[in-house]
Amino acid sequence: MTETQHRGRVLPVTDLSLVVLVGASGSGKSTFARRHFKPTEVISSDFCRGLVSDDENDQSATRDAFDVLHYIAGKRLAAGRRTVVDATSVQQDARRQLIELAKQYDVLPIAIVLDIPEEVCAERNAGRTDRADMPRRVIQRHIRELRRSLRQLEREGFRKVHVLRGVEEVESAGVVTEKRFNDLTHLTGPFDIIGDIHGCSAELESLLAKLGYADGVHPEGRTAVFVGDLVDRGPDTPGVLRRVMTMVETGNALCVPGNHENKYGRHLAGRKVQHTHGLAETVAQMEGESEEFKGRVRRFLEGLVSHYVLDGGKLVVCHAGLPEKYHGRTSGRVRSHALYGDTTGETDEFGLPVRYPWAEDYRGRAAVVYGHTPVPEATWLNNTICLDTGAVFGGKLTALRWPERELVDVPAERVWYEPTRPLRSEAPGGQDGRPLDLADVYGRRAVETRHAGRVAVREENAAAALEVISRFAVDPRLLPYLPPTMAPTATSGIEGYLEHPVEAFAQYAADGVERVVCEEKHMGSRAVALVCRDAAAARERFGVEGPTGSLCTRTGRPFFDDESVTEEILGRLRSAIEDAGLWDELATDWLLLDAELMPWSLKASGLLRSQYAAVGAASGAVFPGALAALQAAAARGTDVAALLDRQRERASDAAAFTTAYRRYCWTTDGLDGVRLAPFQLLAVQGRSLAALPHEEQLALIDRLVEHDGTGLLQTTRRLYVDTGDPESVRAGVDWWLEMTGRGGEGMVVKPAGALVRNAEGRLVQPGIKCRGREYLRIIYGPEYTRPDNLAKLRRRFLNHKRSLALREYALGLEALDRLADGEPLWRVHEAVFGVLALESEPVDPRL
Amino acid sequence: MFLTISTRGDAAHPATDLGYLLHKHPDKAQKFSTSYGTAHVFYPEADDRRCTAALLLEIDPVALVRRGKGKGRGGAPDAALAQYVNDRPYAASSLLAVALSAVFSSALRAVCTARPERAATPLPLRVEVPALPARGGPDLVRQLFEPLGWSVSADPVPLDTEFPQWGDSRYVRLVLESEKLTLAEALRHLYVLLPVLDDAKHYWVSSDEVDKLLRAGAGWLPGHPEQKLITSRYLSRRWSLTRQAMERLELVRLAEADDSEVEAIDNAVPEDTEAAAEEKPAPLAVQRREAILAALRESGAARVLDLGCGQGQLVQELLRDVRFTEIVGVDVSMRALTIASRRLRLDRMGERQASRIRLVQGSLAYTDNRLRGYDAAVLSEVIEHLDLPRLPALEYAVFGHARPRTVLVTTPNVEYNVRWETLPAGHVRHGDHRFEWTREEFRGWAATVAERHGYVTGFVPVGPDDPEVGPPTQMAVFHRADTEKEAKAA
Repeated sequence: MTETQHRGRVLPVTDLSLVVLVGASGSGKSTFARRHFKPTEVISSDFCRGLVSDDENDQSATRDAFDVLHYIAGKRLAAGRRTVVDATSVQQDARRQLIELAKQYDVLPIAIVLDIPEEVCAERNAGRTDRADMPRRVIQRHIRELRRSLRQLEREGFRKVHVLRGVEEVESAGVVTEKRFNDLTHLTGPFDIIGDIHGCSAELESLLAKLGYADGVHPEGRTAVFVGDLVDRGPDTPGVLRRVMTMVETGNALCVPGNHENKYGRHLAGRKVQHTHGLAETVAQMEGESEEFKGRVRRFLEGLVSHYVLDGGKLVVCHAGLPEKYHGRTSGRVRSHALYGDTTGETDEFGLPVRYPWAEDYRGRAAVVYGHTPVPEATWLNNTICLDTGAVFGGKLTALRWPERELVDVPAERVWYEPTRPLRSEAPGGQDGRPLDLADVYGRRAVETRHAGRVAVREENAAAALEVISRFAVDPRLLPYLPPTMAPTATSGIEGYLEHPVEAFAQYAADGVERVVCEEKHMGSRAVALVCRDAAAARERFGVEGPTGSLCTRTGRPFFDDESVTEEILGRLRSAIEDAGLWDELATDWLLLDAELMPWSLKASGLLRSQYAAVGAASGAVFPGALAALQAAAARGTDVAALLDRQRERASDAAAFTTAYRRYCWTTDGLDGVRLAPFQLLAVQGRSLAALPHEEQLALIDRLVEHDGTGLLQTTRRLYVDTGDPESVRAGVDWWLEMTGRGGEGMVVKPAGALVRNAEGRLVQPGIKCRGREYLRIIYGPEYTRPDNLAKLRRRFLNHKRSLALREYALGLEALDRLADGEPLWRVHEAVFGVLALESEPVDPRL
Repeated sequence: MFLTISTRGDAAHPATDLGYLLHKHPDKAQKFSTSYGTAHVFYPEADDRRCTAALLLEIDPVALVRRGKGKGRGGAPDAALAQYVNDRPYAASSLLAVALSAVFSSALRAVCTARPERAATPLPLRVEVPALPARGGPDLVRQLFEPLGWSVSADPVPLDTEFPQWGDSRYVRLVLESEKLTLAEALRHLYVLLPVLDDAKHYWVSSDEVDKLLRAGAGWLPGHPEQKLITSRYLSRRWSLTRQAMERLELVRLAEADDSEVEAIDNAVPEDTEAAAEEKPAPLAVQRREAILAALRESGAARVLDLGCGQGQLVQELLRDVRFTEIVGVDVSMRALTIASRRLRLDRMGERQASRIRLVQGSLAYTDNRLRGYDAAVLSEVIEHLDLPRLPALEYAVFGHARPRTVLVTTPNVEYNVRWETLPAGHVRHGDHRFEWTREEFRGWAATVAERHGYVTGFVPVGPDDPEVGPPTQMAVFHRADTEKEAKAA
């Protein structure tokens, strides 16, 4: 690894490459590798022989050993790690396999030849016990083959060949790591990436001016990046080239080549190319230019690098798009893809090749900005965007500001060139469907979250989520969020109670949260509402045609089978938002809300009938007869007093249970009787509101409720408590006792600051529920309050539920952040899907 | 849970003999521990003329849930199988039958040394079960008890008197009266028929249940007109219920998260079809499979996808024809796949056969690279299970992404529904059908899909092609336009 202190030759070796050491047995390859590369970079055939046969010199294991060697090398190269192969590699066939491997992973194959005299090799081998009896003729054969190979190495495909002759040159040589030309990750911009220009010089000048450039220089030091196709078709290719070349030469711009530059470059180099697709215009316009200018253009075009990786790897710019596995790679096919894109092999009705929709499959982390395919509007798809908006065809010239992700464009002054086919922007799958891929969600996965690191999803849970999402959920585009589960408060030791707010306040105090808000827990079902300002906003932001939003349950199912009912609710929400002035205030045309929809009986009627009411019916039917029978037996003098008492208690518990569930049921007719209580604004255009303090949240929501003229929206009562102040805590407890005493479900205690971390920097629970004593009958059964039952029920385990709540919370936050950042659908869906999958983890469902 | 057994008598044959027959003294209250709680026997009335024995089972609902469960993390119960809110403490379920056999085991066997002649003689009997869970309702209760010589009164119990619109619960107040039966016979009837009527999940089925049923059913079950129903409910239903419940825990949890019944989301495989499908395949389903096979053979396909394979009936047919060299059954329901795998006996299939078939979970709401490169795909009775707004995603996944050379789509023809005598007007054929199309709607859809994705279509009727309303099932055959050209050129 030493790059200094070498007295002799310095060998440049690309940072991502397959380095093949070539030399006879005993030529010192392993020593050389050890000296110049990391131990993990080097794979030796001897080591692999040992792996498969327990004997590093077992020649019968050679085939298997090389299989293993190729396999390991392949894995390393796929992961983008330089790999050094320490084998003799003196035979052409052995090298051919390695060159194919390098091609397969699109890295540079580099040969380093150690040409050492036979005597030295023999002497070294003699000094090693395991090779002492190696016949001299083996080394002789190696050296003969090596000599024969020397001249043909470059022809075989090695992009760099370093030959070190003699012991002295090998000993004194040094290796220096070179970056790839396309690796500009150290440049962070900010950038203005400009689409296909095609000789439209006037439009280019207008766009540069609009972007703030004065004579090719941006006062704030921004860098322009051209995606290629500067030339051909348009009115002033020389003007465009002059501007772009100057900007590149002065360090104000970067440029990648387009297919048109490539072709023109070949023309300039004297190759025979057809003057079609607008090349004739370029050639004609360049006729008036000086030979010096033409030479400058030729050198400029020759020096262009097919794609760039910028901004710490977050941005890739190239002409025709690039799949993730080609990012930062160096091979003929990478260059070809960058210039021409991929085609399906078919031609369309205009005789043009059908392009393979690589962006649909794209799942990479880096944004890919490209051009090449003219479209009417630049739109993001899976973190890729095509900036060719057909300026030369009378469209517009478009730029993307990075990292702002803002689009800036200027219209074409006229149609400069008639397009062969009309500009089309049909989303993949037609206007109606933008595809998600099963690989985005299926199987065992880990979702990266910014708030809690990697969250693992197990295969069986993903399988269950897949079934529910596929069969029952709303369109994933309208499902940008699912609410996390919530842990209950620590089990209370207070007589007669399983849950009590004292523990919740104490838990937050222990987490360092001083101020909490207690929010009334509504007696309904969780609902997530996505409301767009109008159908146009829904189309633009979420890509759907028709619905203006969605209203779903916590598993993503639509609340109402009838779409018109959903639209009616969305309409009422919309007018409340409108009247409260929130569209403008929050600078958005959509709003995502977390809410509770009441009554519970609306959604849970099946469960109510089959389970809750059934228990009420059975108990109501059985007790009168049983009690009468016991009384009669007692009257006869049978000793059943204790049993009678117990049965009376049971009858009264059962009656209390029936009272408890009835509070959750009322009859609704259409939307009459339906209530929606929003309690958190989750996100608006470009912004997650998950970290907005609850006081501000609730103030916004109060205004919504105020401006609802239809009686749909219901306010959420709340009380702020200082967890360190006994007086305040007592007030919180009293509030809860009063509310639940009147039959309320309970309350949720949340940190007032919403998104809060503890002293160790970990997320604290976003909410803790404290359920009322009577409500818990519905959960733990009619008789749970009996002291012996309570004693058993107190042995409940909350840790898994708490961990689950935090993991789902992190995934929910992640979904909102990804949505706000304008990330592709699959990225948002990945997190949302994760929440649902985790909901199917085994955890005590009573918690 | 509670029931009473009464009899009448006179000075010569005092009613209190019931105490001898039951081996329980009428002046005592006795208790017995059983595995689910304490059973009490006492007599609200006992004189020469009238005697009533009451059996009351006190169930500990918490113990019921916590019994033997340790699956959750940290020992917490994974209570998906057991609910604290449970009718077991109140309803006369299978648990009461167990208690009955434990407490009155001698009476059940008609053993009575003190009054052997009365044990062998019919008595005037009245049995009251105030809360009997009865799947099948009062009608079934009558069908089960009346052939045995009982006069039956079974009144349904309303779910909640405050919400009359909810209708009746699954409980009935049962009163049985007879003068023709011995006490042992009556007890045996109850022992078998209480769990048969109860539609509950069972936790206690053991391998000797068959023997128990044979013993308790001796003398009356073989001639019973509902013998088949009684036997299958008593034995097989419980087995499969328990087994299925184990398979769908993840879905149970998702249903609970949504306050839904698990049946609302785990309904990809209709209840009971596992047995029913084996017995009498619907003729239309057979015709459908024949039509699909014919179209597949005509297309020359060898590698075939069955998208939405359900329980694998079509896969099974495909396996019988060696020209289909690779068959992939895809379904989103893990339960359907499990049942399919069991039906096909995949685990016991020879290696060569097994190598032709794969069953995988997949979803047509997503593109799936595993599905590319096949000759043909079948979507039989699949699209109508999707909400219409989600159909474009399926279209793209199949026609745009997987792009098999041939695609077969079958779906009900809603026009034909008027010809189904059993189908009420305006109803879809299956509870999970999100839509059913007319011929024109289906053809319009197929034409749009074909146009967008480069396919050509043809249509084949399946089943009798009614001159007015068309066939019951409509099938579209899509061929990829580019391969059509090749075929023609060749």
